[in-house]
Amino acid sequence: MLAAFPHAMPIEGVIGGLMIGIAAALMLLGLGRIAGVSGLAARATGIADSGAPRSIAVAFVVGLPLGALLVSLATGGVETRFPPTVIPMILGGLLVGFGTRLGSGCTSGHGVCGMSRLSRRSLTATAIFMASGFITVALMRFGGLL
Amino acid sequence: MIRLAIALVAGSIFGAGLAYSGMSDPARVQGFLDLFGNWDPTLAFVMGGAIIPMAIAWLIQRRIEKPFADAHFSLPGTKNIDRKLAIGAVLFGAGWGISGLCPGPGLADLAINPLPALAFVVAMLAGMVVHRVTN
Repeated sequence: MLAAFPHAMPIEGVIGGLMIGIAAALMLLGLGRIAGVSGLAARATGIADSGAPRSIAVAFVVGLPLGALLVSLATGGVETRFPPTVIPMILGGLLVGFGTRLGSGCTSGHGVCGMSRLSRRSLTATAIFMASGFITVALMRFGGLL
Repeated sequence: MIRLAIALVAGSIFGAGLAYSGMSDPARVQGFLDLFGNWDPTLAFVMGGAIIPMAIAWLIQRRIEKPFADAHFSLPGTKNIDRKLAIGAVLFGAGWGISGLCPGPGLADLAINPLPALAFVVAMLAGMVVHRVTN
Protein backbone atom coordinates (compact mmCIF):
# COMPACT_ATOMS: atom_id res chain seq x y z
CA MET A 1 0.00 0.00 0.00
CA LEU A 2 2.78 2.38 0.94
CA ALA A 3 4.42 1.89 -2.43
CA ALA A 4 1.90 4.47 -3.61
CA PHE A 5 3.50 7.01 -1.27
CA PRO A 6 7.26 6.79 -1.87
CA HIS A 7 7.92 9.96 0.15
CA ALA A 8 6.27 8.55 3.30
CA MET A 9 8.44 7.64 6.31
CA PRO A 10 6.34 4.99 8.09
CA ILE A 11 9.19 3.44 10.09
CA GLU A 12 10.67 6.74 11.24
CA GLY A 13 7.09 7.87 11.90
CA VAL A 14 6.30 4.96 14.21
CA ILE A 15 9.66 5.19 16.03
CA GLY A 16 9.36 8.97 16.46
CA GLY A 17 5.74 8.52 17.49
CA LEU A 18 6.73 5.99 20.15
CA MET A 19 9.26 8.51 21.48
CA ILE A 20 6.55 11.16 21.66
CA GLY A 21 4.24 8.74 23.46
CA ILE A 22 6.96 7.69 25.90
CA ALA A 23 7.67 11.36 26.65
CA ALA A 24 3.97 11.99 27.30
CA ALA A 25 3.81 8.84 29.48
CA LEU A 26 6.79 10.13 31.49
CA MET A 27 4.95 13.40 32.14
CA LEU A 28 1.79 11.54 33.17
CA LEU A 29 3.31 8.85 35.37
CA GLY A 30 6.23 10.92 36.67
CA LEU A 31 4.65 14.32 37.24
CA GLY A 32 0.94 13.55 36.98
CA ARG A 33 0.45 15.97 34.11
CA ILE A 34 -0.68 16.08 30.51
CA ALA A 35 2.10 16.77 27.98
CA GLY A 36 0.06 19.39 26.17
CA VAL A 37 2.51 21.64 24.36
CA SER A 38 0.17 24.62 23.83
CA GLY A 39 -0.77 24.71 27.52
CA LEU A 40 2.83 24.26 28.68
CA ALA A 41 4.04 26.98 26.28
CA ALA A 42 1.39 29.38 27.59
CA ARG A 43 2.37 28.50 31.15
CA ALA A 44 6.12 28.77 30.49
CA THR A 45 5.75 32.27 29.04
CA GLY A 46 3.40 33.42 31.80
CA ILE A 47 0.50 33.87 29.36
CA ALA A 48 -1.47 31.33 31.41
CA ASP A 49 -1.69 31.69 35.19
CA SER A 50 -2.86 28.21 36.04
CA GLY A 51 -1.57 24.77 35.16
CA ALA A 52 1.80 23.20 35.77
CA PRO A 53 4.38 24.97 37.97
CA ARG A 54 6.12 27.47 35.73
CA SER A 55 9.57 25.88 36.18
CA ILE A 56 8.21 22.51 35.03
CA ALA A 57 6.62 24.12 31.95
CA VAL A 58 9.84 25.98 31.11
CA ALA A 59 11.93 22.81 31.45
CA PHE A 60 9.62 20.86 29.12
CA VAL A 61 9.46 23.65 26.53
CA VAL A 62 13.26 24.08 26.55
CA GLY A 63 13.58 20.33 26.02
CA LEU A 64 11.67 20.42 22.71
CA PRO A 65 14.33 22.26 20.64
CA LEU A 66 17.07 20.52 22.63
CA GLY A 67 15.83 17.08 21.62
CA ALA A 68 15.33 18.18 18.03
CA LEU A 69 18.87 19.55 17.98
CA LEU A 70 20.29 16.26 19.28
CA VAL A 71 18.50 14.33 16.51
CA SER A 72 19.71 16.83 13.95
CA LEU A 73 23.32 16.44 15.13
CA ALA A 74 23.09 12.64 15.40
CA THR A 75 21.54 12.13 11.97
CA GLY A 76 23.46 14.78 10.05
CA GLY A 77 20.54 17.18 9.73
CA VAL A 78 16.75 17.20 9.83
CA GLU A 79 14.84 18.36 6.78
CA THR A 80 12.54 21.34 7.42
CA ARG A 81 10.84 22.72 4.32
CA PHE A 82 9.23 26.03 5.24
CA PRO A 83 7.04 28.13 2.92
CA PRO A 84 8.98 30.69 0.85
CA THR A 85 7.51 33.69 2.68
CA VAL A 86 6.96 34.41 6.36
CA ILE A 87 3.27 35.27 5.88
CA PRO A 88 1.96 31.69 6.44
CA MET A 89 4.07 31.48 9.59
CA ILE A 90 2.59 34.67 11.02
CA LEU A 91 -1.02 33.99 10.00
CA GLY A 92 -0.79 30.31 10.96
CA GLY A 93 0.96 31.11 14.24
CA LEU A 94 -1.73 33.60 15.28
CA LEU A 95 -4.51 31.11 14.56
CA VAL A 96 -2.66 28.24 16.28
CA GLY A 97 -2.00 30.35 19.39
CA PHE A 98 -5.55 31.72 19.71
CA GLY A 99 -7.25 28.48 18.67
CA THR A 100 -5.30 26.17 21.00
CA ARG A 101 -6.06 28.41 23.99
CA LEU A 102 -9.76 28.70 23.11
CA GLY A 103 -10.01 24.97 22.41
CA SER A 104 -7.85 23.99 25.42
CA GLY A 105 -5.26 21.99 23.52
CA CYS A 106 -3.48 20.95 20.38
CA THR A 107 -2.15 17.84 18.66
CA SER A 108 -0.31 16.70 21.79
CA GLY A 109 -2.85 17.44 24.53
CA HIS A 110 -6.03 16.49 22.68
CA GLY A 111 -4.50 14.31 19.96
CA VAL A 112 -1.96 12.13 21.80
CA CYS A 113 -2.91 12.40 25.49
CA GLY A 114 -6.69 12.89 25.21
CA MET A 115 -7.42 10.38 22.47
CA SER A 116 -5.40 7.66 24.22
CA ARG A 117 -7.53 8.39 27.34
CA LEU A 118 -10.64 8.00 25.15
CA SER A 119 -11.75 11.46 26.28
CA ARG A 120 -14.84 12.38 24.26
CA ARG A 121 -13.86 16.04 24.49
CA SER A 122 -10.41 15.37 23.02
CA LEU A 123 -11.76 12.99 20.37
CA THR A 124 -14.18 15.74 19.30
CA ALA A 125 -11.49 18.44 19.28
CA THR A 126 -9.10 16.23 17.31
CA ALA A 127 -11.76 15.33 14.73
CA ILE A 128 -12.57 19.03 14.30
CA PHE A 129 -9.01 20.33 13.99
CA MET A 130 -8.10 17.51 11.60
CA ALA A 131 -11.14 18.28 9.44
CA SER A 132 -10.34 21.98 9.60
CA GLY A 133 -6.76 21.29 8.54
CA PHE A 134 -7.86 19.10 5.63
CA ILE A 135 -10.36 21.72 4.44
CA THR A 136 -7.90 24.61 4.85
CA VAL A 137 -5.20 22.86 2.80
CA ALA A 138 -7.76 21.82 0.17
CA LEU A 139 -8.86 25.46 -0.15
CA MET A 140 -5.21 26.51 -0.43
CA ARG A 141 -4.62 23.88 -3.13
CA PHE A 142 -7.64 24.86 -5.20
CA GLY A 143 -6.89 28.55 -4.60
CA GLY A 144 -3.44 28.08 -6.12
CA LEU A 145 -1.63 28.75 -2.83
CA LEU A 146 0.26 25.45 -2.71
CA MET B 1 15.08 19.23 41.08
CA ILE B 2 14.07 15.71 40.06
CA ARG B 3 10.79 17.11 38.72
CA LEU B 4 12.60 19.67 36.58
CA ALA B 5 14.87 16.93 35.25
CA ILE B 6 11.88 14.73 34.37
CA ALA B 7 10.19 17.62 32.52
CA LEU B 8 13.40 18.47 30.65
CA VAL B 9 14.00 14.83 29.68
CA ALA B 10 10.35 14.39 28.63
CA GLY B 11 10.48 17.59 26.55
CA SER B 12 13.74 16.45 24.95
CA ILE B 13 12.41 12.98 24.06
CA PHE B 14 9.27 14.64 22.72
CA GLY B 15 11.29 17.07 20.58
CA ALA B 16 13.59 14.28 19.41
CA GLY B 17 10.56 12.21 18.40
CA LEU B 18 9.11 15.11 16.44
CA ALA B 19 12.38 15.65 14.58
CA TYR B 20 13.03 11.95 13.96
CA SER B 21 9.51 11.28 12.66
CA GLY B 22 9.62 14.13 10.16
CA MET B 23 6.96 16.10 12.02
CA SER B 24 9.26 19.09 12.41
CA ASP B 25 9.09 19.46 8.61
CA PRO B 26 6.16 21.79 7.81
CA ALA B 27 5.90 20.51 4.23
CA ARG B 28 5.50 16.91 5.45
CA VAL B 29 2.74 17.82 7.90
CA GLN B 30 1.01 19.94 5.26
CA GLY B 31 1.44 16.95 2.93
CA PHE B 32 -0.63 14.84 5.35
CA LEU B 33 -3.38 17.46 5.30
CA ASP B 34 -3.20 17.75 1.50
CA LEU B 35 -5.71 15.06 0.52
CA PHE B 36 -5.97 16.33 -3.05
CA GLY B 37 -2.24 16.64 -3.60
CA ASN B 38 0.75 14.35 -3.11
CA TRP B 39 -0.66 12.86 0.10
CA ASP B 40 1.89 11.89 2.77
CA PRO B 41 0.54 9.42 5.38
CA THR B 42 3.53 9.73 7.76
CA LEU B 43 1.64 11.74 10.39
CA ALA B 44 -0.84 8.88 10.86
CA PHE B 45 2.05 6.53 11.74
CA VAL B 46 3.40 9.07 14.22
CA MET B 47 0.01 9.47 15.88
CA GLY B 48 -0.45 5.69 16.03
CA GLY B 49 3.03 5.21 17.49
CA ALA B 50 2.47 7.92 20.11
CA ILE B 51 -0.90 6.62 21.25
CA ILE B 52 0.39 3.11 22.08
CA PRO B 53 2.69 3.98 25.03
CA MET B 54 0.26 6.65 26.15
CA ALA B 55 -2.68 4.23 26.24
CA ILE B 56 -0.58 1.88 28.37
CA ALA B 57 0.34 4.84 30.60
CA TRP B 58 -3.36 5.59 31.18
CA LEU B 59 -3.94 1.95 32.20
CA ILE B 60 -1.09 2.23 34.72
CA GLN B 61 -2.34 5.62 35.88
CA ARG B 62 -5.67 4.11 36.92
CA ARG B 63 -3.89 1.61 39.15
CA ILE B 64 -1.57 3.94 41.05
CA GLU B 65 -2.51 6.55 43.64
CA LYS B 66 -0.01 9.20 42.72
CA PRO B 67 2.69 9.86 40.13
CA PHE B 68 6.24 8.70 40.87
CA ALA B 69 7.70 12.15 41.43
CA ASP B 70 4.79 14.32 42.48
CA ALA B 71 2.16 14.47 45.22
CA HIS B 72 -0.92 13.92 43.05
CA PHE B 73 -2.28 13.75 39.54
CA SER B 74 -3.30 17.13 38.07
CA LEU B 75 -5.46 16.10 35.14
CA PRO B 76 -8.12 17.96 33.18
CA GLY B 77 -11.57 17.00 34.39
CA THR B 78 -13.62 19.06 31.96
CA LYS B 79 -16.09 16.86 30.15
CA ASN B 80 -18.40 19.24 28.33
CA ILE B 81 -18.12 19.73 24.60
CA ASP B 82 -18.96 23.36 23.99
CA ARG B 83 -18.67 26.10 21.38
CA LYS B 84 -15.27 27.22 22.67
CA LEU B 85 -13.80 23.76 22.12
CA ALA B 86 -15.27 23.54 18.62
CA ILE B 87 -14.37 27.05 17.47
CA GLY B 88 -10.90 26.80 18.98
CA ALA B 89 -10.30 23.52 17.16
CA VAL B 90 -11.51 25.00 13.85
CA LEU B 91 -9.14 27.98 14.19
CA PHE B 92 -6.23 25.81 15.32
CA GLY B 93 -6.77 23.43 12.40
CA ALA B 94 -6.80 26.32 9.95
CA GLY B 95 -3.54 27.71 11.33
CA TRP B 96 -2.03 24.22 11.31
CA GLY B 97 -2.93 23.82 7.64
CA ILE B 98 -1.68 27.27 6.64
CA SER B 99 1.71 26.90 8.36
CA GLY B 100 2.22 23.13 8.52
CA LEU B 101 3.09 23.61 12.19
CA CYS B 102 1.47 22.99 15.54
CA PRO B 103 2.99 24.20 18.83
CA GLY B 104 5.41 21.29 19.43
CA PRO B 105 7.13 21.31 16.02
CA GLY B 106 7.15 25.12 16.01
CA LEU B 107 9.15 25.13 19.24
CA ALA B 108 11.35 22.19 18.22
CA ASP B 109 12.23 23.92 14.94
CA LEU B 110 13.76 26.85 16.85
CA ALA B 111 16.87 24.64 17.03
CA ILE B 112 16.80 23.46 13.42
CA ASN B 113 15.56 26.37 11.33
CA PRO B 114 15.45 29.29 13.77
CA LEU B 115 14.24 32.23 11.68
CA PRO B 116 10.97 30.96 10.20
CA ALA B 117 10.31 28.97 13.39
CA LEU B 118 10.75 32.11 15.46
CA ALA B 119 8.23 33.97 13.28
CA PHE B 120 5.73 31.16 13.93
CA VAL B 121 6.42 30.97 17.68
CA VAL B 122 6.19 34.75 18.19
CA ALA B 123 2.91 34.87 16.24
CA MET B 124 1.61 31.86 18.22
CA LEU B 125 2.40 33.53 21.54
CA ALA B 126 0.78 36.74 20.27
CA GLY B 127 -2.34 34.72 19.42
CA MET B 128 -2.32 33.28 22.94
CA VAL B 129 -2.03 36.80 24.39
CA VAL B 130 -4.98 37.95 22.24
CA HIS B 131 -7.02 35.06 23.65
CA ARG B 132 -6.02 35.96 27.19
CA VAL B 133 -6.90 39.64 26.74
CA THR B 134 -10.23 38.95 25.05
CA ASN B 135 -11.48 36.11 27.28
